[in-house]
Amino acid sequence: MLMFTLKRLGLAILVTFTVSLLSFSLLFMAGDPASAIAGENATATDIEAIRALYGFDRPFLVQYADWLFGALSGDFGQSYYFKMPVSTLIAERLSTTMLLGVCGISFALLTAIPLGVAAAMRPNSLIDRTALFLSVMGQAMPSFWFGLVLIVVFSIQLGWLPPSGSSTWRHFIMPTVVLGYYAMPAIMRLTRAGMLEVLNADYIRTARAKGASETRVMFKHALRNAVVPVVSLAAVQMGFMLGGSIVVESIFALHGAGYLAWESIGRNDLPTVQALILIFSLFYIVFTFLSDLVNAWLDPRIRVG
Amino acid sequence: MSEPVLRVENLTIDIPMAQGTLHAVRGIDFELKRGETLCIVGESGSGKSLTSLAIMGLLSKKMRCNAARLDFSGIDLRKQSPRAMRALRGDRMAMIFQEPMTSLNPAYTIGDQLMEALQLHRPVGRAEARARAIELLGKVGITAAESRLSQYPHQLSGGLRQRVMIAMALMCEPELIIADEPTTALDVTIQAQILRLLADLQREMNMAMILVTHDLGVVARIADKVVVMYAGEVVEKGSAREIFETPRHPYTRGLLRCIPVPGKTRPGEHLGSIPGIVPSLIGHMDGCAFRSRCDVAEVACASDVPVRRTGEDHMYRCIHEVQPGAPS
Repeated sequence: MLMFTLKRLGLAILVTFTVSLLSFSLLFMAGDPASAIAGENATATDIEAIRALYGFDRPFLVQYADWLFGALSGDFGQSYYFKMPVSTLIAERLSTTMLLGVCGISFALLTAIPLGVAAAMRPNSLIDRTALFLSVMGQAMPSFWFGLVLIVVFSIQLGWLPPSGSSTWRHFIMPTVVLGYYAMPAIMRLTRAGMLEVLNADYIRTARAKGASETRVMFKHALRNAVVPVVSLAAVQMGFMLGGSIVVESIFALHGAGYLAWESIGRNDLPTVQALILIFSLFYIVFTFLSDLVNAWLDPRIRVG
Repeated sequence: MSEPVLRVENLTIDIPMAQGTLHAVRGIDFELKRGETLCIVGESGSGKSLTSLAIMGLLSKKMRCNAARLDFSGIDLRKQSPRAMRALRGDRMAMIFQEPMTSLNPAYTIGDQLMEALQLHRPVGRAEARARAIELLGKVGITAAESRLSQYPHQLSGGLRQRVMIAMALMCEPELIIADEPTTALDVTIQAQILRLLADLQREMNMAMILVTHDLGVVARIADKVVVMYAGEVVEKGSAREIFETPRHPYTRGLLRCIPVPGKTRPGEHLGSIPGIVPSLIGHMDGCAFRSRCDVAEVACASDVPVRRTGEDHMYRCIHEVQPGAPS
């Protein structure tokens, strides 16, 4: 298990460096950064001055090394637009995004897994049909529309929940539901399919022959084997929620990192975009790494790899 | 001692299907005492595995099971609640399956799975359950039992896994053990070892054992009683001696012709085979189910077949009292 962990950790670090190189190159792929900062009416000398000021005239690898060492110590440079350190800017927004992501994935897992298990226990029953209906709805409804419907019903008509902002926990209820409901169908269907397959396995019959109760058979013997692909999927969706919850963040005016990324792209605020891309990729890498560890714990056959 | 552990009378199992009801088991009876080994013999689809699952109460919910009598140690199994059946399963009756490679849960250690079998039925702590697991692993001939406890099924060979399955079935010292083709999936050399092990343990622990198999060679070695099933029916049953020395039913005789006899069967000689396939069991069936494949079939085989008895327990189902050409 230790070897497995170290191997995966080594891989994760390699991927991180590759991603950092890519996200740094973005700065140059997007055109000349100096003229972007200088603005449309700048003269050639202004642009040259800016180029020298920001160090864009140095060799690419020197700039990358400079940026990387800064990033490693948490310094991502200055935001062109806000004229403040990118790290301070992101730290503020990231806490909102992370809270929303954790709530969203928890909501998705807590509804999807029990529903998937229940559906697999009685295929084609009422509960199975209901679960299918709910998941098709979740898959088909665009987040922005569902979010607006929730606002109309719960904020405007009933007046129970605040429509926007992020100051109290009540502000997070509707965004959590919208974000979680989007991730729920895939997890639910995967849980159901996995359970159906596992329930036909010989070792399930063995567990019953031992005299284990149905609940024990389901949750101890079956779920642990069925949930391995679900963990991998949930990790990817968690990464997605942290990086790509832009739509949900804008509807509910939760100023999180996703929203910041979207704004910064529009403003050509490259240091911020670079830092955010690196951080979002890091989320994916960390969650994939964690899901590998969880899966190795769940299924001993994976540990050999 | 003389009171049977298991008494089955007129057991039927029906499976509703789109094309009609499949009568998988059509009225079988047998009984079994402590210390006895009963072999159920028959080819695939004859209903022998379903019969053993029915006794354990492990049939799928879609199947309908009826019996005039299904008594286990004086308990009427037909009237037990699912919870009561659960309490019996793994404790007083246990089962070993055909596929050792897939019958153990890949996610848990051997130790966890062995200990679970005991802890589901006895209020014992981990240490005690662990000690019992080590004891039984030793009993089924696994060396270094203590270090095996922390291994996972994928780290063991098929023979070892089947030994673990046997140990697991014996954790609570059951009165009845059902082994459903326990050696079919194993290497020939391992088959003999596992069979001997089962036979020895059965004697040592004085259990009643049902061994489901299609291998008459296996039967000859360990059976006290034999039930021969064909198309969901018992076509012949009796003591092992009667079945092997004076087989009456053409199907039993056909099966016996399929085994080579050391010293008698010459190399290159054709072994017997039974032509044809088992008839469809969907819908109602008249007469002898075997008549389409029987070489002594007559017109009369299509009507009711008498149940004939010779001696105390020997019974068979055939219109011929004595087979043409058979030693009487």
